[in-house]
Amino acid sequence: MSAIAYVWQVGECLLAIALAPLFTGWVGQCRAWLQNRSAPPLWQPYRLLRKLFHKDAALATDASWLFRLAPYVVFSTMVVAAAIIPSVTTDLPLARVADAIALVGVFATGRVFISLAAMDIGAGFGSMGARREMMIGFLAEPALLMVLFSAFMTHGSTALPEMVEGLLSQPHIVLHPSLFFAGVAFVMVLLAENARLPVDNPSTHLELTMIHEAMILEYSARHLALLEWASWLKLFNYACIGFALFMPWGIALHGAGAGRLALAIAALLGKLVVAGAALALFETLSAKLRLFRAPEFLTMAFLFAVLGLLVYLLLGA
Amino acid sequence: MHVVSSLTTTTPLAGLLILVASWFLIGALGLIQPNRIGWVARTLFPLGALVALGIAGVGAMSLVPGFTAQSSVLALGLPNMPFHVRLDTLSGFFLVLLGSAGAGISIFAAGYFRQGEGTAPGLLCLQYHVFLASMALVVLADDAYLFMVAWETMALSSYFLVVTQHRIPEIRRAGFLYLLMAHVGALGILLSFGVLQGGSWQMTFDAMRAAHLTPAWASAAFVLALFGFGAKAGLVPLHVWLPEAHPAAPSPVSAMMSGLMLKVGVYGLLRVSLDLLHVGPWWWGLLTLGLGLGTALYGAIFAAVQTDMKRLLAYSSIENIGLIFAGIGLALLCRSFDMRLLAALALAAALIHAFNHAFFKSLLFLVTGSVMHATGERSLGKLGGLIRYMPWVAALALIGSLAIAGLPPLNGFVSEWLLLQAFLQTPRIPHAFLNMIVPLGAALVALTVALAGYVMVKFYGVIFLGQPREQGLENAHDASWLERVGLSWLALGCVLIGVFPQVALDVVSRITRQLVGTSVQRGPSPWWMTPITSSQTSYSGLWLWVGLLLVIGVTFVLVRRIYHGRVRRTPPWDCGYPWQTPRMQDSSEGFGQPIRHLFGPVFRMQRELPHPSDPKPTYRVQVQEHFWHQLYLPLGRLVQRTAERVTILQGGRLSTYLLYSFMTLILLLVWVL
Repeated sequence: MSAIAYVWQVGECLLAIALAPLFTGWVGQCRAWLQNRSAPPLWQPYRLLRKLFHKDAALATDASWLFRLAPYVVFSTMVVAAAIIPSVTTDLPLARVADAIALVGVFATGRVFISLAAMDIGAGFGSMGARREMMIGFLAEPALLMVLFSAFMTHGSTALPEMVEGLLSQPHIVLHPSLFFAGVAFVMVLLAENARLPVDNPSTHLELTMIHEAMILEYSARHLALLEWASWLKLFNYACIGFALFMPWGIALHGAGAGRLALAIAALLGKLVVAGAALALFETLSAKLRLFRAPEFLTMAFLFAVLGLLVYLLLGA
Repeated sequence: MHVVSSLTTTTPLAGLLILVASWFLIGALGLIQPNRIGWVARTLFPLGALVALGIAGVGAMSLVPGFTAQSSVLALGLPNMPFHVRLDTLSGFFLVLLGSAGAGISIFAAGYFRQGEGTAPGLLCLQYHVFLASMALVVLADDAYLFMVAWETMALSSYFLVVTQHRIPEIRRAGFLYLLMAHVGALGILLSFGVLQGGSWQMTFDAMRAAHLTPAWASAAFVLALFGFGAKAGLVPLHVWLPEAHPAAPSPVSAMMSGLMLKVGVYGLLRVSLDLLHVGPWWWGLLTLGLGLGTALYGAIFAAVQTDMKRLLAYSSIENIGLIFAGIGLALLCRSFDMRLLAALALAAALIHAFNHAFFKSLLFLVTGSVMHATGERSLGKLGGLIRYMPWVAALALIGSLAIAGLPPLNGFVSEWLLLQAFLQTPRIPHAFLNMIVPLGAALVALTVALAGYVMVKFYGVIFLGQPREQGLENAHDASWLERVGLSWLALGCVLIGVFPQVALDVVSRITRQLVGTSVQRGPSPWWMTPITSSQTSYSGLWLWVGLLLVIGVTFVLVRRIYHGRVRRTPPWDCGYPWQTPRMQDSSEGFGQPIRHLFGPVFRMQRELPHPSDPKPTYRVQVQEHFWHQLYLPLGRLVQRTAERVTILQGGRLSTYLLYSFMTLILLLVWVL
């Protein structure tokens, strides 16, 4: 661990914070193109943040301290997660704070806080959103864990940097077949956890169907800005976990120089461009599921992940 | 004095016995002025808490490196069967659990008990401290005789505590059910000890360790012990007493039963299965693991649909006990394949979870006590918004709720993380099918933990957040200072184990070394917990705390500096419908609706839906257990019918009884000749 590693630790974290709105902007742009709408500019999310931070916060009369604390906590969990996930380099001093399983726990902390805050005002939609969000959460978590199991079986570690290094140190670029199934399951979990179609519609404002939007209905101004930023960071983080598990190529290893790191950033950008376009394509092609069809969707994700595990055990290493 | 004289050389054990005796003494002192609340609650209960701290402190001496087990024979008991006591690392660990969590509960109880609620305070004090002392004696016992005496004392004293409000028929009924299940379980334990002595008729645990049982008898002893201790701990399907007895008892008693007494059941199973019995076949582990996972999921699902806050917590206890048993099962399974390190990891997870559960579940039960005193309500549907009127209780309950939901960086997460790490290694089990089936247990653990998060959002959100659902909740007052001290103590435990999980791992590693022969290392660095190898996995509660708090602080300062902190208070958005009332919030039934929908077949539901033209529409849903209707009620009827048949023998006529005696005499004569 050198001092430069700490610099890169902070740098990578800031990069994630800065890039997350851009990634969401890119997905929105692709979606608009695919749906024959004129696209908002790529930096629309930054404009939104600027607008929201400038406004006065309108708080409900009965809002408690928990309501005001929650945006900071949720934002903080996502930033800490971004610091742990090796998106550019594996030489991260803080990555050892939490392995992949603990990372799932960190995300769950954010989810519980936002759900609690949603129940604080006592208007109907907040708690409806909270219970739906918690339902999706408890259905997605077993599937996600089985994905991590499959990855663990192939890489022999639950620490994300070790997984990346394990995969990159192999002589030829082949993914184990079990990882294919795990990858499909992971994408399904990503969609559900990030309030994307077909489980939730990020652009809906129809009250009865929304999940994520229902929870943040009472928030405004800087609190809303932090929550939106956190949800963008969450999508970014999930994408980076996916890259680390299934396509780590380009991520700089221990002791890489500045040039190598620049290349890694370029690789990350390239992967984000492709992933964002694919996400937009998938969302355009699929319709929103009824709420109680979501369990079937996530059960399918779970079965894919289990299949990945069984394939690994049957085929051997 | 000669009782103690033989103990002068073995100081920690002697100290413990004196402390346990002083618990009995404190209980008896309560009878001097049984109705003076100032004497009983403000003097004796804090004294009891001090004794509890002492027990935890002396128990901790058995956990320092270089400690060797101490045993002693007391000059008490039957002529040829004196009481044996022994302090080893396992009993020391459970004494620390009992003392440290018990201290918090006792301090809370000092502020909690009031005049004129059921049993006289002095009598309550006696039952309370006898309960505590008997639990300590169960843990210290080194022979089956003392064990069973202490075990029954524990069951009886807790029965009397449950029926404190004995004028309410439902509470008497709950108490009877508890007593019945406690005794059915005790029969299993008694029979198990009977098998374990292996024909030597020595009731000391030393003799049982030395006994050589055939595999069939060893299995019988194990299954009987699992049945007996499972009934005490609340293993499905022997859990039915738990959701009845916990809500019936006063809150500090619920906290003791759930936080401490269930752990004594766990201790019993550990003592028998890992200490007294030798390594058994793998199906012992699989059975325990399967029952544990089933219990965990069952408890979590039922907790999610409860409408009474104490019943909800009781089901949540069932869930946590399930997780602990899953850890023990995994340890047994791995031990039978001689995978000692993995067994040690699973056992460490189970032990730390037992410790954690003692803290956060006691905390939450005590919180319900404060809420009930402040509002007089137990039903979730009549609470709400208390965070504004009871800020202390709300803040401490938040810590407990987050901890029990298994969220980092608090303590509940640590043990669940360790359990999942143990499951990760199970594909290495050298058995063709087990290595594929057992890893799926991890998915069940994940589902259970995530469901626990759902339950806790419901628990906390419905009680403390939102608008008050009833008139008069605005007048709720915060807990008294003694209650706050008790709650804070337990919350502090939740935070500290979350921050320094490696210390907890260090402590339990001495127990795993005693029971399975090896231990997981916390790793070379003091900052990280790396139970397997440092490259494989790591977790640091401390740095997670630092990271989260740092980012929160920096974000807060930056947002305030660069922008502003202006706030405008407005009414909440009403969606264009201005006639909203607090009763339009999600009720606890409403919050449980997705669970009832998803897991419908698990419940026995009775629903009354309103008719569209009803002038006063009502909606009622009652959720019951299949076990009750399809197992216990038929079983009860069977017992009843059998008893009725037997009463034919007892006709009440003297001549018939004389005939019985005569016939017996004749038969005996025939047999002797």
